[in-house]
Amino acid sequence: MSNLIEGATGQWEVVIGLEVHAQVTSQAKLFSGAATAFGAEANSQVSLVDAGMPGMLPVINEVAIEQAVRSGLGLNAKINTYSVFDRKNYFYADLPQGYQISQYLQPIVGEGVVTVNLEDGSSRDIGVERLHLEQDAGKSIHDRHPTKTYIDLNRSGVALMEIVSKPDMRSAEEAGAYVRKVRAILRYLGTCDGNMEEGSMRADVNVSVRHPGDDLGTRAEIKNVNSIRFMQQAIHYETTRQIDILEDGGTIAQETRLFDAQTGTTRPMRSKEEAHDYRYFPDPDLLPLEFSDEFVEAIRATLPELPDDKKQRYMADLGLSEHDAQVLLAERDIALFFEAVATGRDAKVAANWVQGDFFALLGRAELDVADSPISGDQLGGLIDLITDGTISGKIAKDVLEMMFESGQDAGVIVEEKGLKQVSDTGALEGEIDKVIAANGDKVAEFQGGKVKVLGWFVGQIMQATKGKANPQMVNQLVREKLKP
Amino acid sequence: MSVDKATVARIAHLARIGVGEDELEPLASELSGILNWIEQLNEVDTDAVPPMASVHDEALRWRADVINDGGKQADVVANAPDGDQNNDGAFFTVPKVIE
Repeated sequence: MSNLIEGATGQWEVVIGLEVHAQVTSQAKLFSGAATAFGAEANSQVSLVDAGMPGMLPVINEVAIEQAVRSGLGLNAKINTYSVFDRKNYFYADLPQGYQISQYLQPIVGEGVVTVNLEDGSSRDIGVERLHLEQDAGKSIHDRHPTKTYIDLNRSGVALMEIVSKPDMRSAEEAGAYVRKVRAILRYLGTCDGNMEEGSMRADVNVSVRHPGDDLGTRAEIKNVNSIRFMQQAIHYETTRQIDILEDGGTIAQETRLFDAQTGTTRPMRSKEEAHDYRYFPDPDLLPLEFSDEFVEAIRATLPELPDDKKQRYMADLGLSEHDAQVLLAERDIALFFEAVATGRDAKVAANWVQGDFFALLGRAELDVADSPISGDQLGGLIDLITDGTISGKIAKDVLEMMFESGQDAGVIVEEKGLKQVSDTGALEGEIDKVIAANGDKVAEFQGGKVKVLGWFVGQIMQATKGKANPQMVNQLVREKLKP
Repeated sequence: MSVDKATVARIAHLARIGVGEDELEPLASELSGILNWIEQLNEVDTDAVPPMASVHDEALRWRADVINDGGKQADVVANAPDGDQNNDGAFFTVPKVIE
């Protein structure tokens, strides 16, 4: 598939690199004991370290270190057992220290690779340049006072992992697939919840264009994009903007831009024009971060099965199609649910129920899998009732809806509502005889060779029994009774 | 290595320190003097010496992931301008910064 864009001066190629900021899942902050939970009252989760009070010293959180190493292993990356924290200096109202503690020349994680899955079923390897630990800044609130900006430091000092890709992406689709894959990996690892609405994951997007084969063009950096859709819009806009400038004989300014979700455009950010000189230097409050290979191996030993391995297993061992495997493992919660349904049962049947009726009910209720009123085991129980002939597949759909509403087990509902399939030949024969007696003309049609009428009879009987008749059995009995 | 007036002005701006036009030249000369003095250290061959991060022979201390701080909203904003004047609770306030 070609991603080249036709321009007036020939073909153009867009080159994209991403810096994904992922909030580390931890109880306390990177260098203080204040809480990280989202949505707390303003400034209620702030220690004097996070507020940048003079003389306060940072002490590193061991879980943040473990989570960074775990993420690095999940990204197939080199782990650096010696890394250094630096100060990145700039002034901003929500940065009380006047610098962000980050890692510059010696990050905790080095080069890695992420395999992304594209719409057409193909996959591509995108390089990871590095992953480093850093502090988040506070939050500025502009819309609560006519002349003032309010600052909430609850986020200040929260641990972030900045994951920097190589400039390996060539389309908005690839960039979207990369972010989705990184998010899925971090969620499987439990190192970041990936919630973009709450700001636990956001991206800076570097975009440049060039004629294929040329050196890299000058890039623009679009800051703080907080959804995959916005990121793709920003890339499309930025690509067109840069090609237009270059084809008119202009040059691209290397600058930081902001994406405006209202208009779908990007514009230059004023305040950071001079901020590119961050004057990094090693933080004198922190010694280098060192740990042993054993520390890394102990973490490696606890890694869960990751999406790429799961895909292999779903296809090879469970016999699922690539498409089904991809849908079921894209989110960790879905994969766990599916595996609960499939354990000890036919995986393809389980996959169909999860992706079909179950997803439809979730969608209608606007719920995530994690909030489902029924568990995977309960859906499995429903499938068992179909398998052993207790209910028909058709009734099962109704039972699932009732389960979804009440949270009850399938067996309980079937028992209470009397939905058991009627496989009692005597009872069915009575119904069949009634229908045959009342429809002499249809009987004649069948006997005259119109075999399709058989289906009509089965339908009548299913209706008369409110769907509880065993369809195979009805079919067989009707066929016998209609024989001339 | 020497530092010129323009560099001093730029560093002062980055550090948000007000330096008057008449102070630039003397500062440039003082800073150049300090840098030249430090540069004498380059005469020592340190190729085989690992960088020293601290004079103490100790490792970085790690803390457990436990919430044992925070919950001191009033203390945190105690010295903030308008800390108690707005109705929205304990925010810091600054003149409006809008991108």
